[in-house]
Amino acid sequence: MAVAAALTRPRRRPQPRRRQLSRASLHGVLIAMSLVWLFPLAWAVYEALRSISDTTLNGYLSLPSQGLSIGNFTTAWTQANLPYFYLNTLYIAVPGVIVTLLVASMLAFSISQFNWKFNVLVLMIFTAGNLLPAQVIIIPLYWIYLNTPLPDFVSDNGLLYDQYIGVILIHIVFQTGFATFVLSNYMKTITKEITESALVDGANVLRIWWSIILPLCRPALAAMATLLFTFIYNDFFWALILMKTGDKRPIVSALNNLQGEFFTNYNLLAAGALLAAVPSVLVFIAFQKHFVRGLTLGATKG
Amino acid sequence: MAETTTTGAAPAAAGQKAGAGVLVSRRRRRFSLLTRHDKLILGLMVGIPLAFDLALIWGPTLASVVLSFTNWDGIGSVTAQNFIGVKNYENLFGSYLFFRPALYHNIIWLAFLTLVATPLGIFLAVLLDREIRGTRIYQSIFFIPVVLPLVVVGFIWELQYAPTDGFINNALGLVKSHHIIDWLGNPNINLLAAVVAASWRHVGYVMVLYLAGLKSVDPSLREAAKVDGATERQTFFWVVFPVMAPINVIIVVITTIESLRAFDIAYIINRGKNGLELLSTLITNNSISEASLVGFGSAIAVVLLTISLVPIVTFLVSVNRNPT
Repeated sequence: MAVAAALTRPRRRPQPRRRQLSRASLHGVLIAMSLVWLFPLAWAVYEALRSISDTTLNGYLSLPSQGLSIGNFTTAWTQANLPYFYLNTLYIAVPGVIVTLLVASMLAFSISQFNWKFNVLVLMIFTAGNLLPAQVIIIPLYWIYLNTPLPDFVSDNGLLYDQYIGVILIHIVFQTGFATFVLSNYMKTITKEITESALVDGANVLRIWWSIILPLCRPALAAMATLLFTFIYNDFFWALILMKTGDKRPIVSALNNLQGEFFTNYNLLAAGALLAAVPSVLVFIAFQKHFVRGLTLGATKG
Repeated sequence: MAETTTTGAAPAAAGQKAGAGVLVSRRRRRFSLLTRHDKLILGLMVGIPLAFDLALIWGPTLASVVLSFTNWDGIGSVTAQNFIGVKNYENLFGSYLFFRPALYHNIIWLAFLTLVATPLGIFLAVLLDREIRGTRIYQSIFFIPVVLPLVVVGFIWELQYAPTDGFINNALGLVKSHHIIDWLGNPNINLLAAVVAASWRHVGYVMVLYLAGLKSVDPSLREAAKVDGATERQTFFWVVFPVMAPINVIIVVITTIESLRAFDIAYIINRGKNGLELLSTLITNNSISEASLVGFGSAIAVVLLTISLVPIVTFLVSVNRNPT
């Protein structure tokens, strides 16, 4: 022991300087990587801030000769009628997130606080369903949507197809798998004795779910709400296939058509794409902790 | 060190078992506490979502399998005459020109994410796991692409790749010298261009997951390794990496599933054609957007399903093996 200590001691002495050096090179690597990572985004911002006449004249790889302006953003905003498409997204995302959280928390509550025979099987069915690629089920789903009649007050064409309610429904069903998995893992950490004593006191299960378990799950619910909003906001596929009317589509799915119709040059396209990304970035910045916790709750289970 | 961990774990496991025994008897008692009304409510809480899940996810999955043996065109109902055996699969593996390329493209996508993007994300996580100034800022920067819609990721990279107006060709001087590389139009390279864009996002995703895993590693393990004279590299590969086995499985699963789901970026570039064929785009192009070869498209969906079952089953097994 003593010999080993004596042997290592002289070697250790220069370590502070070496450590400083490696710290510096660590930051060097990270800064370089950060710049590479930010570049595509920064370039899009730069391009969006330049007028098309400027870039046509000088090429894209040039300094701005006419100054920078938010002209492309305002043009994209008004010409492509972006506010309208943001609103379409909200119609889908808000009910989608709320209902998914309610349904998933009920499911997670029943399978984590009580000991049924098929708990594990039910959880597996939901989790596995969430992991399937959407394209595996899209052909029969498309048919179901075209052939399910709905009353007039929820669907203006009498079908599930081409309706907000249809897109909301598939988001709820799909995301419930993920949310249930995460929430049930979270609820497993809540002792069952709480539910038990509430039952002894005569509370019914709905009451226990709403006034005891949900408040205890607030951090997990906040994390899930942030994550689900981003997932639903960012979705392209469901609304692309399950909606036909371009004007009904949420902003991300609408971008593809807007590209051909209104975003006729790269500067405008850059502005439009960035505007479409703003809400997800804002949600991320505002709820960064929740967002990351939501992802890691799913992966590390706590 | 190995000794201390095993002896440390044994009493804990024993304690858990004893605890479980107590719980079971309590559970039995508690079940009698549930009124009929309570049981009905709990049944509905599980039953209604389950019915929707079966109707809109597992039903269609099964239907895809059945339809893959038919030549149905989506009109009218499926009759006995529609069943044509395995002919769709014969066409798929035999004469259909795009199936093999699409399958290879998915494999290349997976290989690139696995061999380039995922290790890079792990590398960044390991760098950021130390106590360094500004680690939050670095994390946010690498994470930004993860929160962007994939479609926006695609557009942002179009601005890099565009033939005469894109950054890359201009920066390389190819526009001036008229040797333009058509990054997204050339079928030999557009897949690579698309997967680079996808990796921009995937790296941050892996980084965040891995970082969370690293934070949960017992610090005494590292100290023990340090005392034993292990270098940082040795500590990572021989101590930290093995105890991260559960999260490693999850990262492999996520990477595989992301590769099988790849759709959005390819679709906005050219609807998944001309070098960007993927299983996912073949399915929608054949059966929904351009043709209505429902049976044939379903056969492709079944191939995608079969491959997807590998990561899905891996995930489920791993989750059940490491209960919380």
